[in-house]
Amino acid sequence: MEINPACPLPIQRYPHVLLAHGGGGKLMHQLLEYVFGPAFSNPILDTRHDSAQFTVPPPGRVALTTDSYVVRPLFFPGGDIGSMAVHGTVNDLAMSGARPLYLSCAFIIEEGLPMETLWRIVGSMRDAAQRCGVQIITGDTKVVDKGKGDGLYINTTGIGAIEHSLTIAPQTVQPGDAVIISGDLGRHGMAIMTVREGLQFESTIESDSAPVHKSVLQLIEEGISVHCLRDLTRGGLASALNEIAEAAGVKIAVEQKAIPVREDVHAACEMLGLDPLQVANEGRFVAFVAPKDAERALQILRNQEVSAQAVLIGRVVENAAPLVTIKSAIGASRILDMPSGEQLPRIC
Amino acid sequence: MKFLDEYRDGDLAQQLAREIHRVTTRPWNIMEVCGGQTHAIVKFGIDEVLPQQITLIHGPGCPVCVTPLEMIDKALDIAARPNVIFTSFGDMLRVPGSTTDLLSVKAKGGDVRMVYSPLDAVKLAEQNPTREVVFFGVGFETTAPATAMAVFQAARIGLKNFSMLISHVLVPPAIEALMASLNCRVQAFLAAGHVCAIMGYEEYPPLAAKYRVPIVVTGFEPLDILQGILMCVQQLESGRAEVENQYSRAVRRAGNQPAQELVGQVFKIVPRKWRGVGEIPASGLGLKANYAAFDAELKFGVADRHVDEPADCLSGLVLQGQIKPHECPAFGTRCTPEHPLGATMVSSEGACAAYYRYRRHN
Repeated sequence: MEINPACPLPIQRYPHVLLAHGGGGKLMHQLLEYVFGPAFSNPILDTRHDSAQFTVPPPGRVALTTDSYVVRPLFFPGGDIGSMAVHGTVNDLAMSGARPLYLSCAFIIEEGLPMETLWRIVGSMRDAAQRCGVQIITGDTKVVDKGKGDGLYINTTGIGAIEHSLTIAPQTVQPGDAVIISGDLGRHGMAIMTVREGLQFESTIESDSAPVHKSVLQLIEEGISVHCLRDLTRGGLASALNEIAEAAGVKIAVEQKAIPVREDVHAACEMLGLDPLQVANEGRFVAFVAPKDAERALQILRNQEVSAQAVLIGRVVENAAPLVTIKSAIGASRILDMPSGEQLPRIC
Repeated sequence: MKFLDEYRDGDLAQQLAREIHRVTTRPWNIMEVCGGQTHAIVKFGIDEVLPQQITLIHGPGCPVCVTPLEMIDKALDIAARPNVIFTSFGDMLRVPGSTTDLLSVKAKGGDVRMVYSPLDAVKLAEQNPTREVVFFGVGFETTAPATAMAVFQAARIGLKNFSMLISHVLVPPAIEALMASLNCRVQAFLAAGHVCAIMGYEEYPPLAAKYRVPIVVTGFEPLDILQGILMCVQQLESGRAEVENQYSRAVRRAGNQPAQELVGQVFKIVPRKWRGVGEIPASGLGLKANYAAFDAELKFGVADRHVDEPADCLSGLVLQGQIKPHECPAFGTRCTPEHPLGATMVSSEGACAAYYRYRRHN
């Protein structure tokens, strides 16, 4: 079913979301009937029950994750809050090696949000869910007073089926493991920052927001010994590696030269004094795999579009006090630290 | 990346390092003035490829770090007032005052906004005629022209709701104050390339002659810094004390004259307090009398505030190059980027932050 780009007729009478659209009465019913219902339609959702009922395929092990999306602006180059809310939760499931199945979806809408904006975002969620092969099977809508929200917040919870018998967790990480990232870094964070702050560069930096579960499932299907996976969202590669080093009690060493950063992202980061390794991504992950499988893992990842630029960036060195080091361009080694709070552009 | 990767080439860096090893016969102490250079040195591990005889001393060239505590307190006072939009560059927001910082003032309801240029603050004032917009004008000669342009524009369009809390400082008086102090160990300077891009380097030959120190105007990339160090060592080893320009791709002897003229039109030279160092005569910029209407200190009645600095923060000694950050007893324990005692632990150019971020394992 193609979603009509124009708002459905009864909704058109209300160009903006009103408090009553969350009030449980006729207007809310219309919202469900004409906006959410048709966009997300599937047999489970269509029962319109208070809770969704489903069975998971054998062996019955599941992964559950939840995330709230508060990105501003709602639309940014390369994506929007809707597609991001689907991709982000799908990716969190993928980090357990789970096959994403179902999502729940809760909207907190600020009174006065243009109905057309909501309509576009719902359409984008529908497209993203379809692309990821997941169904949105239950949801909730609340409308808050004008000024009490930032347009729109979305929470999604995801359930995925774990069909493998690996233990994908920091505790499985071992000395010698290859550290692989699935592509270039820093695009989402810089896309948002350039739009939010009105910075103008010659080219538009687009977010890397994308689902990565197919790449991960392919690794598992091909029998790669995947020890740990982590998506490189807030805090970027630097945070992810430090968290894993901390939880696994290992030292990780990576090479600056091996880490791909697109030229425009690099330039924007240099200008603002930010480190691309600490900037958020929405379609990138790091994989720790057994050394014997490193080369094959790279080939498998490179066969998938979303991870076509996968590279080996370093190794787990030893069981030691948790530490991440990076070899600089001139060959000296230093700490790669977790960012402290929000990254703030410098004076000069 | 073009114009950047060329200056980070590992093989060329090794060549320069080998040449420095070859010409060095004795111990030398060289100060890099600018915090941006300090960060590059620690981030790329430049000091690790130098001969042991060469000690790099980290200088006072971090504008955030040298902004005195009382100026931060004045900013916090103004930012917390109703009807004020307080604007600042990003890295001032986390700097601790006596009791709080700007991000905390924001969390409590103050309208604190990060801007990328002082002209953005002027625009905000135009868009919000019923509110007072204040810009925190911090920085060395590098950012002074942009601050001056904002004041100039605000005056030209007759803005009444715009003012600046000015804490601009100047590099040459700081170098002079360092050299004049009795316990100064510095034998040569890497002068800050970006400051010189604006101001040129005609102020330096008298300093080099008076204190018999080589001064090399130096850029910020690893190869720039290595070449600057090599030029310093060559001078030191041959007994010369001259001013040289390593950063000739950006710096001319006379600097950027239109920028200097604008700064001269808006600002006068004033004595200025430096955090951890104390007052240095003729080391800062203040608004000229005909721009006094834009002086936030006068507008908000905070000009007379004086605050003593905490005794357990040794950032003054760090900024004067007398101790290394990790030699401070509070480093990494009572003082971290999350709970800083002083600005050197907060700013992206602060020496303590650089050591904490890149060197904690040593």
